[in-house]
Amino acid sequence: MKIMHCPLNGPRNISEFAYGGQVEVMPDPHQCSDKDWASYVFYEKNTIGVVKEWWQHSPSSYWFIAERHNASDDILRTYDPSELFSERVDFTTGENEP
Amino acid sequence: MPLGLLKYGRGSDYPFERRPDLPGPRDLKSHYDVVIIGGGGHGVATAYYLAKHHGITNVAVLEKAYLGGGNTARNTAVIRSNYLTPEGVRFYSASVKLYENLANEFDFNIMYSQRGQLTLAHTDATVRAFRQRAEVNKHFGGRTELIDRQSIAELVPCLNLDPAQLPVLAGLWHQDGATARHDAVAWGYARGATQRGVELHQLTEVTGIESHAGQVTGVSTNRGKITCGSVIQAVAGHSAVMAQKAGFQLPIVAYPLQAMVTLPVKPFLNPLVSSSALHCYVQQTSRGEIVIGGGSDPYPLYNSRASLPLKESLIASAVDMFPFLSEMRLLRQWAGITDMTADYSPIMGLSPLKNYYLDAGWGTWGFKATPICGQTMAELVASGGQVPELIQPFHLERFDRFQQVNEMGATAASH
Repeated sequence: MKIMHCPLNGPRNISEFAYGGQVEVMPDPHQCSDKDWASYVFYEKNTIGVVKEWWQHSPSSYWFIAERHNASDDILRTYDPSELFSERVDFTTGENEP
Repeated sequence: MPLGLLKYGRGSDYPFERRPDLPGPRDLKSHYDVVIIGGGGHGVATAYYLAKHHGITNVAVLEKAYLGGGNTARNTAVIRSNYLTPEGVRFYSASVKLYENLANEFDFNIMYSQRGQLTLAHTDATVRAFRQRAEVNKHFGGRTELIDRQSIAELVPCLNLDPAQLPVLAGLWHQDGATARHDAVAWGYARGATQRGVELHQLTEVTGIESHAGQVTGVSTNRGKITCGSVIQAVAGHSAVMAQKAGFQLPIVAYPLQAMVTLPVKPFLNPLVSSSALHCYVQQTSRGEIVIGGGSDPYPLYNSRASLPLKESLIASAVDMFPFLSEMRLLRQWAGITDMTADYSPIMGLSPLKNYYLDAGWGTWGFKATPICGQTMAELVASGGQVPELIQPFHLERFDRFQQVNEMGATAASH
């Protein structure tokens, strides 16, 4: 069984984790063009090599970031998102605006 | 044994042609009108129709390994057209029709076997979706109907109708469902193409795409550079990586899909049976092996390694459906790389480069589309970029315009 190191819970079985897509900078949904939004939603970096990804430890609902090689499946590093993000993204802002 | 037969067998006028199906290796020319990257089913089918329908024979198919050795050899060989959207059903129906006559056309046995495909519904929501699929399918000339438990039991007597606390409520019975020998499909197309003058170059890997002012001028390979009039990429599993060499991105994420077969047994299972709730499909090949396939891996990977958790869950589902399978032994397992798009439809047609054409995003639905892909891609290239109506919905720009063709619910195992 493959083991992933959760920054919060330590080494756990990989079946306890859910993949959440590559880490990308989210454009402002209210300001950006449709094309920019499509590019954020549908396109990922397609290189074979080390990629930065969101993962969730499902039993504890804890999201973190993993650096993983997408061909050898080696997980090089996992860390708390606070290393990359200094503030929470508020998704509700501006939802009721036209 | 009659003496005449024995003499005939030992004689030099052996009944089969001694001419090999494919010509031997040769040097690359410096220029081709059309270069096709990828010698799988789609690539050689495109070359075949280019030569046969359009008289374009100065064509090179470049394959990094060997003919039909990629995802053409790794799928579970299901042919069906019972999709959900009108765009999808029209497209896959055209493919099923071409498959029906393919062996005759090739004069080459592709072991096409139309046995029908049965998808099981375990929830009311699935029954409703099936009803819709049956109607859409019938509208476009397919033979699909909703059937009840009793009819399912008559069709597949060995099926457990109450697997894993998920009683079967109904089934989507698709009479056009079929299977064929995937290697033979690739070989039939390759033979037909090379007989008409197309060159198939195996062990020839494309390492770079040369372009100038938004137009492709040539490709570099491990065997040198060649110039060309246009390029088609048909490299399922590595579409996005190839597109990157051409200088653009594709909305594709590559996941492995694992499958396996058991040792061969006597024929007992005629239709192809799948369950969307159990994420599993089961069929018996004409050699008697039971093929077991399921959903893609839970996270992206460019690697065809096996993983135990996926194998365990897949086998558990197969045994739930057919309990006696627990007595069988596995013969082999494998994985393919599936190029998944967000809407579970392919990406076909034009690309950001003017004479560079896309046959990509074939996720888990590529084998069944091989003939129609070849035909429409050949039409596209021969016309210099006029996209055939049948594949217009699958253009790359649909993602930018939010015009997806959603087929997620119609995959055999929802991935």
